[in-house]
Amino acid sequence: MNKRMFLVASFAMILLVVAACAPAPTPVPTQAPPTAAPTVAPVQPLVLLSTQLKPVEEAEKMRKSILAGFTAAKVEFVADDEGPFQDRIIAEQKAGKVTVGVIGALHGTFPVLLQANALEDLTPLLQKLQDRPIVKEFLTLGKLGTDKQYYVPWMQATYVLAVNKKALQYLPQGADVNALTYKQLTEWGANIQKATGQKKLGIPAGPKSLLHRFIQGYLYPSYTGGLVTTYKTSEAVEMWKDFKALWEYVNPQCTTVDFMQEALLSGEVWVGFDHTARLINAFKEKPDEFIAVPAPAGPKGRYYMSVVAGLGIAKNTPNKAGAEALIEYLTRPSVQAVTLREVSFFPVLESDLPTDLPAAIKLEADGVVKQSKAKDARVALLPIGLGAKGGEFNKVQLDTFTRIILKGEDIQKVLTEEGANLQKVMNAAQAPCWLPDPISTGACQVK
Amino acid sequence: MRFKLESALPFGLLFPSVAFLALLILAPIGQAFLLAFQTETGEFALAAFQRMASDTAFNEAVRNTFLLLLTIVPLQIVLALAMALLIHARLRGQTLFLYVFAIPMAISDLAAGLVWLSIFTERGYLNSILQSLGWIQQPLLLLSYQNPQGIFAAVVVAESWRATAIVMVILVAGLQMIPRDFFEAAELFGAGTLKRTWYVVLPLLRPSLQTALIIRTLFAFQTFAVVFALAGRTLPVLAGEAYTWYYSNRNPAVAAAMAFLILLLSLLATVVYLRVLQVREEERAR
Repeated sequence: MNKRMFLVASFAMILLVVAACAPAPTPVPTQAPPTAAPTVAPVQPLVLLSTQLKPVEEAEKMRKSILAGFTAAKVEFVADDEGPFQDRIIAEQKAGKVTVGVIGALHGTFPVLLQANALEDLTPLLQKLQDRPIVKEFLTLGKLGTDKQYYVPWMQATYVLAVNKKALQYLPQGADVNALTYKQLTEWGANIQKATGQKKLGIPAGPKSLLHRFIQGYLYPSYTGGLVTTYKTSEAVEMWKDFKALWEYVNPQCTTVDFMQEALLSGEVWVGFDHTARLINAFKEKPDEFIAVPAPAGPKGRYYMSVVAGLGIAKNTPNKAGAEALIEYLTRPSVQAVTLREVSFFPVLESDLPTDLPAAIKLEADGVVKQSKAKDARVALLPIGLGAKGGEFNKVQLDTFTRIILKGEDIQKVLTEEGANLQKVMNAAQAPCWLPDPISTGACQVK
Repeated sequence: MRFKLESALPFGLLFPSVAFLALLILAPIGQAFLLAFQTETGEFALAAFQRMASDTAFNEAVRNTFLLLLTIVPLQIVLALAMALLIHARLRGQTLFLYVFAIPMAISDLAAGLVWLSIFTERGYLNSILQSLGWIQQPLLLLSYQNPQGIFAAVVVAESWRATAIVMVILVAGLQMIPRDFFEAAELFGAGTLKRTWYVVLPLLRPSLQTALIIRTLFAFQTFAVVFALAGRTLPVLAGEAYTWYYSNRNPAVAAAMAFLILLLSLLATVVYLRVLQVREEERAR
């Protein structure tokens, strides 16, 4: 290559690089517009950004079956972690260039988005959805403490115990598997260990597990009747003592378990607690081996956590009509039934569950219904109003767990120190108490 | 015209890499710096660093990161050197060795962690094999939180398996640059394999060893996917904590502070290696 050619070639290369750095032209949709779209012009795909249904299998089911019947627009379902999810929505609002249409998230995420002024008022949309028997409490939650509707309830879930039938023979004397107490669960674990030589209780405690929900919505309220206000009370000390005793019979590998279904299916765990969506594969793959039962009860009752996910619309979204149509679609009774069947999140409608459910869902639904209808059942909510501090709130419980249960530190000392951390989080977020703590004005106080 | 074009050429050729570095490396470093040192109100303070250092897992994370570094890096250098020498010995089928040794490089670190998890877990391959051989009655709980040494050992094995290949490739390249005459001369003077390795190979391999050590140490500061898969929350490491602070705890400031600490440690390690393993001018010229 002579010198001049070399020069020309290198400048051509630089030009190419510069061109590549320039903003790309807006992609033109290649697909033909769907036929049945009278109201909405499908210019760009409608983005449904969600923190839910993030595991690959669930996301695929969302795309291929749940959304299959929606023809008004082409939906692009994007599931992401809480952090990038919030960052994207808020950054788009700040930049004034909104691409997100519908927002799917847990109840606790919406207040952050409202604070960033990123949510459309859905009160008019709700008027159109009057025929849906959506659970009243969930609708109230969707107002986020205002008089406007900011999200429409989408689906709900809870946490239960999955039990391998082999474990039933070791139940403590007089214990009813559908009405266990935490002490009985410990005794059960001890019996199983005596008989098999193995620790076969399961509490998910891996880095991506939902262990903090077990502490927040089950253990703490069941023993202390609260969470934040009672964080370091003597009842809390008793709770941690009992949890320590229970942990003696928990499979020590649980610190790497994120989804209890895997440990249940491999046989490493016989009695495991987890989110219904993280247990469902056990029921699907071996429906003859497993049953679902309510979570145990403590001295203050059988507290369980009700997890509500909602659908909101990003403010100034380019395709608001499409977004509204999608919410209308996803809350139809038939689509709610499909959602239950495919990803085992339960409907938010007051009507009875469909009868033609697959065996696995029926098994799980049985446990869920028994839990919510138990005589001593009480509801705890996901944290509310913590905004961006939600992560650090969970961290307090997880650190408390690590220090007391895994490292064996002194309970009272840890509770005093972590209680102070908890108060710092509550003060920073200025979050009032939520159920089961008594309602407060101003930041919730650790007593 | 022609003169101008020619004097502009070096700048033109440098432009793409400078633009790349500025946009994708320098700008994010600047942003991370601001995130770590600025409070929410925009003042400069060390609040994020204080929060980071006062965290319960912080001291442990520092300790574990250094323990892993001090165990894995020397182990990998020795292993990689042995592998490189084996390939360099030009035995039959040496390319096969090279390909087999290089396989782990093609696997993402989280996938590697999951592969080793399926080996070491209670109902994993290792326990199944040991049980079917009748060597053990009950599966061994290798990854229990009560057995931190076991978890540590599993992480060392998995990390060594995963990242030794990159060190080996650098050393093989270095070995191939040593002129054959040197070996022949050494042989002529009666040096055996050991002496040849000690007096000829190792000194001439120093530039490559330096590169390998620097790269490996930087990677060691960033290890966490394998640790996450095998140890969960029982073995905190710096990079893992940075990830947790951003994704789970939702505190980008502390995450940035953590990243800044990792950057500082990496810089420090690089300077130390450059000083200690100083490469002489004539070696560099080769």
